[in-house]
Amino acid sequence: MRTADGVPLKISLQRALVRSRIRALLLVVPLLAFIAIAFVLPIGDMLFRSVDNRIVESILPRTAVAIQDWNPNGTELPDEAVFEALTLDIKAGVKARTLGRVARRLNYEKPGMTSLFRKTGRRTKRVAGPPYKERILKIDNRWSDLNTWRLIRREAGALTSGYFLASVDLKTNDRGEVVWQSEERRIYLTLFYRTLWMSALITVLCLLLGYPVAYLLATLPLRTSNLLMILVLLPFWTSLLVRTTSWIALLQTEGVLNDVLVFTGLISDDGRLQLIHNQFGTFVAMVHILLPFMILPLYSVMKTIPPSLMRAARSLGATPFTAFVRVYMPNTVSGVGAGSIMVFILSIGYYITPALVGGRTGTFISNFIAVHVSETLNWGLAAALGSLLLALVLALYLLYDRLVGIDNMKLG
Amino acid sequence: MKSALKSVAIAAAAALFAGSAHAVDLTIVSWGGAYTASQQNAYHNPYMKANPDVKIINDDSAAEGLAKLRAQVESGKVTWDIIDMVAADAIVACDEGLLEPVDADAWLAAAPDGTPASKDFIPGTLTIGGTNCFIPQIVYSTTFGYRTDAFKGKQPSTIADVFDLKTFPGKRALEKKPIANLEWALIADGVPGKDVYKVLATPEGVKRAFAKLDTIKDHVVWWTKGAQPPQLLADGEVVIASAYNGRLFSAIVEKKQPIAMLWDWQAFDLDGWVVPKGAKKMAAIKKYLRFATDTQRLADQAKFISYGPARNSSIAKVGNHAKLGIDMKPHMPTNPKNAKTILIFDYVWWADHRAELDERFNAWLAK
Repeated sequence: MRTADGVPLKISLQRALVRSRIRALLLVVPLLAFIAIAFVLPIGDMLFRSVDNRIVESILPRTAVAIQDWNPNGTELPDEAVFEALTLDIKAGVKARTLGRVARRLNYEKPGMTSLFRKTGRRTKRVAGPPYKERILKIDNRWSDLNTWRLIRREAGALTSGYFLASVDLKTNDRGEVVWQSEERRIYLTLFYRTLWMSALITVLCLLLGYPVAYLLATLPLRTSNLLMILVLLPFWTSLLVRTTSWIALLQTEGVLNDVLVFTGLISDDGRLQLIHNQFGTFVAMVHILLPFMILPLYSVMKTIPPSLMRAARSLGATPFTAFVRVYMPNTVSGVGAGSIMVFILSIGYYITPALVGGRTGTFISNFIAVHVSETLNWGLAAALGSLLLALVLALYLLYDRLVGIDNMKLG
Repeated sequence: MKSALKSVAIAAAAALFAGSAHAVDLTIVSWGGAYTASQQNAYHNPYMKANPDVKIINDDSAAEGLAKLRAQVESGKVTWDIIDMVAADAIVACDEGLLEPVDADAWLAAAPDGTPASKDFIPGTLTIGGTNCFIPQIVYSTTFGYRTDAFKGKQPSTIADVFDLKTFPGKRALEKKPIANLEWALIADGVPGKDVYKVLATPEGVKRAFAKLDTIKDHVVWWTKGAQPPQLLADGEVVIASAYNGRLFSAIVEKKQPIAMLWDWQAFDLDGWVVPKGAKKMAAIKKYLRFATDTQRLADQAKFISYGPARNSSIAKVGNHAKLGIDMKPHMPTNPKNAKTILIFDYVWWADHRAELDERFNAWLAK
């Protein structure tokens, strides 16, 4: 069969299909480009940074090669050739003003490296020729410490596990074994654990508070429910910082709530309650801020449940309670799932609110990621912590999919 | 008619061209708020008046200065011209090769009496931590303020009093960082100020500092932003707080809060200019910096904010507060009366131990 212009119908059809496919593809190109630029590339970059260790071999290139011939398990210092390589590398690093970077990288593994490299950098100017070993050893006796050389040899590769180990409170000791970080420096596992359980509790609290509100919104007459909706949305539209600082004004020991309690005689003036700058403060502020993210999906699901279902259950003899639990609630599962996942994931990554009201016991892992990004400039560790957080969220998402089924989720 | 239009067009184009050829935009990154205002009044406005072709654009993102600078240099798109940084950050950035090295005597103006800049700036401040990228503007200090209505009779006057809960009961506010707190803990525990880093360099010394902090741990509110401690004091949330001296000055003198200064072992720190590596307008940048860091300009800044100028020749020229008219000299951290005991950070030591002690400090906090 042929079309009017003589092309076989099959081919003509195929062409039309290809054309429409290309058109469809062109339409989504901006979206794909946006996803690639805004999500895939940065996340990929982050994942790579968490293991990237090219800094050592790029700034100490000769040393990184020369030290491979040295036996790290022996009792001898590296030979003259390695010291010569190190001297040349350090001289080049001082000239290119990059030596500080490698020093800071090694200092993460072994405190003291920053000053060692800086001191050596200043003094190698005078080391004009051999014997390099003797002259370098004279600059600082840490160069005669085998562990300094073991560290350089271990970190000479292009990839490192150092950041990931650090992010779960592990480290590589001088003998190259992976061991726990010393007791008083362990911090990140505690923080991951705290972030998880506090986020879970925040989610549960949001659900307990949000469910009745959403129910009212969905069942009250339009006039009243609209007013209620505005009350839900107004704080949602208010600046996050304003809401957080308002909680500080309300909850601090000289704040409104404590003043009222003292005024009514419920507590004495000396016994004012500590309600902020601790975990309690984080709970209150976070639940308040995240509540709309629970209410809105719940509401949109509840709105679609026909009132006739409940009436039918009642007419079949169910008590109001039974009807609610066995007919109404199962119909809201998709909203509960959507709201919970939304609140939980938002909560896990929150950092401004916990930083302001969390004190010393209510801060999250994201606060430390922020510190490493903007203050200590240890982007490798920040990336490793971020990657772990991402893996955790993905794992929980998959778990949710297994238990509840992601298809059951309804955002609106 | 046609030719008239043509000549107008040419004149307009020429004017446009001339304008764009001369005008220089300088993007200067600073802290915003009262601090940027003091720089605007003391440096930017007079400079722009003298150089009408220069336009200074304020960018208030100094708080994320280090991270954003590194991102700009790594991506090769440096859009900032001058950045205001605290000394500790400038050392990190200089070590990382993110900054242009500064040749002090070539870049900076000599004092009115002819003393070269390298001799006129407070000794050691131009080469802080062994680096050469930093031009200090001010000396500020982290010191203590206390509520004057909190204690009957004796008022706190020493660093030991900060740790003395018996004589001076009530909550304290301290910065959520180990730096300064560990040093103060040791001094309060009886270590002579000059030996602090010798003691801190030993594991027992670190333990001793944390043990001293342990004694007040349950009575401390930890702050992270400079605006917090004056607010905590004003609200009566805490009775003693460590804070930047300029913030305390503003709370005490400008806002008339019942707070007094406690200068014992104030921790000196520096804030100053740095130039990002690969900055494109070097000539304009150098010209501005020469002007903004001369003796008169540094002295002028102290009229607007109570931080001490970093040049010896400027200190004598510090005058009265621009609005209140009070003499600013007694409020300077560098005033001999306030600076009887001062803590000078050992930046080299901290560069080695910061990562380790940050972790330890946070682990200690979490317990």
